[in-house]
Amino acid sequence: MEIVNFTPLSALLGGVLIGISVLFFLLFNGRVTGISGILSNLFLSSENRTSNFLFILGLILGPFLFQTFSNHKIEFHITSSLPLLIIGGLLVGIGTKLGSGCTSGHAVCGLARFSKRSMLATAIFMIAGILTVKIMSFF
Amino acid sequence: MRNMVSLISGLIFGLGLAISGMINPDKVLGFLNLFGKWDPSLIFVMIGALVISVPAFTFIKTKNKPICENSFSLPTKTEIDSKLIIGSVIFGIGWGLVGLCPGPAIASMTLMNTYSIIFAGSMISGFVFTKIALN
Repeated sequence: MEIVNFTPLSALLGGVLIGISVLFFLLFNGRVTGISGILSNLFLSSENRTSNFLFILGLILGPFLFQTFSNHKIEFHITSSLPLLIIGGLLVGIGTKLGSGCTSGHAVCGLARFSKRSMLATAIFMIAGILTVKIMSFF
Repeated sequence: MRNMVSLISGLIFGLGLAISGMINPDKVLGFLNLFGKWDPSLIFVMIGALVISVPAFTFIKTKNKPICENSFSLPTKTEIDSKLIIGSVIFGIGWGLVGLCPGPAIASMTLMNTYSIIFAGSMISGFVFTKIALN
């Protein structure tokens, strides 16, 4: 195994901020910070609509403020072709809706709640992601 | 107040994604490339988040209600069903194909990148299809 592009400090700092966001949302609003849930409910449910909208707005504004007030440019490289991008987006939407959560809901909040469902979901989507990358490397 | 909290929580979450580098699909695919050139950074994002979120969920067990609401609304399902398993497999495949999961997909829209917007649009269509199919 060869380790590349490893950035432990910025990863840890970013992670702590995500944890603080989870803590804040939980302590004040009493909900888990599951992005797929918040986003899909924004479109599919009238409950908490303003709150969900503002969370998503903040999620887009956060990186904008970071880029504006720091000297860092956010890197963003997509290597997938257009059809693959659309299929990937559809699969992420279908999968997270069917599986009741994504990386934030299952891997951050769910693991923190010691939920067996989330532990299993996290293991499954990590393994599926790793195998997909392996299989795609043959093409 | 609760709306303000939502906005601030979203802001901090987006800032965390930006600082950690996880908005970049290349970086996430680097983590999923366990059998090739591997970038372990995502594990450190998880550790950083869990260091705060584990005590947070333990602490709220001592509280009757959150500050802005009358009760907590936390996930209640406990049984493992086929939807959870199949959904997680499908999500993992999509994640591995592009390197974007819902958080970074939305956060990256700040860059006004066409690919990011197409991905987010496809993902939201996926939510809607699934909701209709399940009803």
